[in-house]
Amino acid sequence: MTATPTRTGGAGRPPQAARRPAAAGRTPTARRSLRRAVPLVPAVVLLALFMLGPVIWSVYGSFTNASLSGTAASSPRFVGLDNYLALITDPDFPNALWLTVVFLLLSAVIGQNFLGLGLALLTAAAPKAVRSVVATTVVTAWVLPEIVAAFACYAFFSSDGTLNRMLAAVNAEPVDWLFTYPMAAVILANIWRGTAFSMMIYEAALNDVAPEITEAAVIDGAGGWKRLIYVTVPMIRNSISTNLMLITLQTLSVFTLIFVMTSGGPNQRSTTLPIFAYAEAFGLGKVGYGTAIATVMLLIGAVFSILYIRVLKPGDNS
Amino acid sequence: MTTSIASPRRSVSRGVSSAVLLAVAACFLLPLAWLLLASLDTKATASLNLPAEFSLANFSAVLTPEQTLWPLWNSFLLSAGCAVITVLAAVLAAYPLSRHQARYNKPFLYGVLFGTGLPITAMMVPVYSMFVRLGQLDSVATVALFMAATSLPMAIWMTKNFMDSVPVSLEEAAWIDGASAMRALRTVVVPLMRPGLAVVFIFVFIQAWGNFFIPFILLLSNHKQPAAVTVFNFFGQYGSVAYGQLAAFSLLYSIPVIVLYILVTKGIGGSFATAGAIKG
Repeated sequence: MTATPTRTGGAGRPPQAARRPAAAGRTPTARRSLRRAVPLVPAVVLLALFMLGPVIWSVYGSFTNASLSGTAASSPRFVGLDNYLALITDPDFPNALWLTVVFLLLSAVIGQNFLGLGLALLTAAAPKAVRSVVATTVVTAWVLPEIVAAFACYAFFSSDGTLNRMLAAVNAEPVDWLFTYPMAAVILANIWRGTAFSMMIYEAALNDVAPEITEAAVIDGAGGWKRLIYVTVPMIRNSISTNLMLITLQTLSVFTLIFVMTSGGPNQRSTTLPIFAYAEAFGLGKVGYGTAIATVMLLIGAVFSILYIRVLKPGDNS
Repeated sequence: MTTSIASPRRSVSRGVSSAVLLAVAACFLLPLAWLLLASLDTKATASLNLPAEFSLANFSAVLTPEQTLWPLWNSFLLSAGCAVITVLAAVLAAYPLSRHQARYNKPFLYGVLFGTGLPITAMMVPVYSMFVRLGQLDSVATVALFMAATSLPMAIWMTKNFMDSVPVSLEEAAWIDGASAMRALRTVVVPLMRPGLAVVFIFVFIQAWGNFFIPFILLLSNHKQPAAVTVFNFFGQYGSVAYGQLAAFSLLYSIPVIVLYILVTKGIGGSFATAGAIKG
């Protein structure tokens, strides 16, 4: 799940005028503020049950030997830090952690982010027809359900797929991408699928940059790259940090794309943390161990989430 | 960002940038074109081919009740159920957050924002064992509630922002006429923010419709599975044999979200909708 309370939204910012109506000049009594909080109850119950609940359950479950079947399924035993100790000594864990970092950096931070920014910059000055062709294709890849995108990418990279067909057309050796370079395939697939998001964020941000400012830079003699680095990028830096946080969080939870394309293989060579947790818990039946991996992922997500809140600072206008 | 100063190099660089853009668009188009052409080709392979003859045979092969119609109906039930629950809870929660200055507002909104960042895929193993313990595995209603909870943080955030832009003065008039807060919400605020609520509803619906992992883990019976899971099972069984049918099924399953997306962006949305409607 991913989302954007972004600064770029325009319509979305709360106007200050919409604050507490002036009608009630007295200080609210405790009873009244309690009564006013009643509409929050359904949301609070849902969030407590199904968001906070699993988080607490995750921490608790990571200290048990819960499994898919057998006695440990119905009555798991408390095993203390065993799962975490096993995690530290398991050579597959650093592998999954490393592949997750590679996946995050190459597909999100570098791929989606720079391609998105590049497309937004180029389309801003492009003819309308070109712009709409780019927007339609890039955004369609993003709107498709994840599993459909995964099939399309699977077919594209498979040994008798479109990519090898094109390589054959220029007399290059065909490569079994999904087996020989599984990480490259899933990284490119995630760039294909996710770039639209960054592109739209940056398009909105660039729209807010006043043309006078870039014009002034042109008059001062700043060339294209200088203008980009010293004028445009500083002006949209809030959008850049928001976008980086969001695509990192989105990419951290990518499961279906990799699961369909490579199932983490061959030989765990594309096993990122979500795939690792799934394989341990449901493939090998080690639910407690999978839960410990899940807890580690939640911690990583929580760190990014806190960073993201600090960037966004909702307290400024709420 | 428009450069309004003409320079001699401009038309050349414009041509170059258009060429680059079209090349990128072509790369993005290839996998999409495969979906479309393979679905119309009875002899489709994994590679992009122009069909020898265009036929709708793949579509008629997959358009059977058990293969497509029931799974799509299941997807609809799950997504619509999730979206209705989410929007109701979000509107109710957004009202006090938007209209009253209370001590709990800030921590609550911080909590909500924090929730939007949690990786739901990371939670699926503990959620599975929690569902086992609660005896809720294979229950469509509980899965819809769970999915509603996962989309709720974002929905509350969006709904509150939309509600903030509805002027308070109209409600004050309703209050003076003796309407309660809930009545003012129902008769004044909600009708005024209908486009915003549609955006939230569609956003949640699209996310739920495309979700594969949650029903894959939490639903067991075949007849309850949404299209995302049945298309995956089909792929596992026949995928490499029947690429054409796989593509046809994928397209049938994708059309609703594409239509809804166009509705939001062209009809009600604007830039906020596009920036807000994010995949899972």
